[in-house]
Amino acid sequence: MMTEAALDHPSEAATRSATLDLTSGQQVVAPAAIQLRGIGRSYEGPNGTVVALRDVDLDVRRGEFCVIVGPSGCGKTTLLRMLAGLDQPTTGAISFPATDGAPPANAMVFQGRSVFPWLSVRDNIAYGLKLRGAPRKVRQARADALMEMVGLSRFAKAYPHQLSEGMRQRVAIARALAVDPDLLLMDEPFGALDEQTRFLLQEELLRIWEETRKTVIFVTHSIDEALTLADRVVVMTAHPGTIKAVIPIPFARPRTLAAVRSDPEFARLFTRIWDLLRQDVQAARAAGVAT
Amino acid sequence: MSRQSRRAIELTLTASAPAIILAVWEVLSRTGRIDPLFWPAPSTLWPTFLDLLRDGDLLTDIRVSLVRILGGFLLGAIPGVLLGLAMGLFWPIRVFVMPIATAVYAIPKIAVLPLVIIALGTGEASKWTIVAISIFFLVVLNTMSGVLAIDPSFRDVAKNFGASRAQMFTTVALPGALPAIFTGLRLGLGFSLIVIVGAEFLAAKEGIGHLIWESYSILAIKKMYVGLILTGILGWLLTLSLDLLENLVLPWRPAR
Repeated sequence: MMTEAALDHPSEAATRSATLDLTSGQQVVAPAAIQLRGIGRSYEGPNGTVVALRDVDLDVRRGEFCVIVGPSGCGKTTLLRMLAGLDQPTTGAISFPATDGAPPANAMVFQGRSVFPWLSVRDNIAYGLKLRGAPRKVRQARADALMEMVGLSRFAKAYPHQLSEGMRQRVAIARALAVDPDLLLMDEPFGALDEQTRFLLQEELLRIWEETRKTVIFVTHSIDEALTLADRVVVMTAHPGTIKAVIPIPFARPRTLAAVRSDPEFARLFTRIWDLLRQDVQAARAAGVAT
Repeated sequence: MSRQSRRAIELTLTASAPAIILAVWEVLSRTGRIDPLFWPAPSTLWPTFLDLLRDGDLLTDIRVSLVRILGGFLLGAIPGVLLGLAMGLFWPIRVFVMPIATAVYAIPKIAVLPLVIIALGTGEASKWTIVAISIFFLVVLNTMSGVLAIDPSFRDVAKNFGASRAQMFTTVALPGALPAIFTGLRLGLGFSLIVIVGAEFLAAKEGIGHLIWESYSILAIKKMYVGLILTGILGWLLTLSLDLLENLVLPWRPAR
């Protein structure tokens, strides 16, 4: 366990990721887009203080697809909500070195029911733009383009209750993309879907990411979803929530589900992540914690 | 089963309940099994209805009661919705108003009529007021619970997109609470009718309640029945118009 942490956990020296500058041919160091240092979060519960997160250090590069995987209660959603500005850390700091401290414009895709039932598909997608006062024509055009992108053009005027769960999640993704965020935060967006629909939406998300190259932080408890989507997988464990390992995922892009899953490396990485998680899941079960 | 045949069966069933009751009543009354003086056969009410219509009294009674219902309804519902929204959105207002609301809610409002008459006399003002009082807390409590029941993730979405307080209200709290608001309005409309008929029994010179009570007093039983049936029809039409309004305002709701 310690060796994993030593291997994969970003040390202070590794916070700057090396990329190759094509014009000069030299290695240049790009500062991290998002830098988490010593993040902790505790709540006052009925049985005293509950530590949801402890000592979380993480760097996310610009344009990176970063997936956080871990069991329930590991604080992965809390971490995402902090980045979305919906929660504050009790200790530690979040900084944005790549943009000289200015937080990147973010949009979040929430877990479960988050598409407004009282708005049509088009109005849901245009919601963020409307709040920002974009003119009607701009909103319409942008919403139409996004409906095209997620394959919902025929359902522009439909209300969410007339759609399937998979279609509603497409609306939620399109709504987040509509404001053209620098950072896309996704909290188990496919958690409530059946497996086949989940596979389809994973492939769709891969395609959309290839087109837009947003910085994505994606939370899931599915190991194979993490392996399919991620540039790097952040493995978290619970009680308290901490990062156990950060694992780079080598599969070539653009990816397809079939290519990723038929790669022998997939099984090896799956086993490795499962080994990291199983002790924690077993310990939680033994302690009678609902998972 | 096709949609049409299902619809046809629905309509038949809906229409047959009152038809059966009226038919049984008709037969029992005509055969003298029940006293036709107090239980006149429904078909014999028709001439009485036409007479009342010709006098013009009936239309006046309907108009007067309808104005009282709608006036009192708006007088109670509009502030009720506003206070309910405020209670749902701001907890200090909620904890401040809640004890009064739950206590007053339980009082049968017609019991307050003497007080209203002392304060406002027996004119139209007291009629509107008693209706307004009787529906106010009903609308308040339904509206408040509607706001409180809004899924917190909707607020998170709005907040994540940078919604201002005003935008949070217009794009999340109000549309999210509208179904519950309509439930309150629907109940309130029913109560308006109950209360206005009661109030007109006790202190009125016109109105459907007055027609029913006066007819009873002089044993004009057929006139009384006309009043009763019209009250039922009025209630049905009022609910129907609220349904139409609801379908117009809430097109996003799954069909019930």
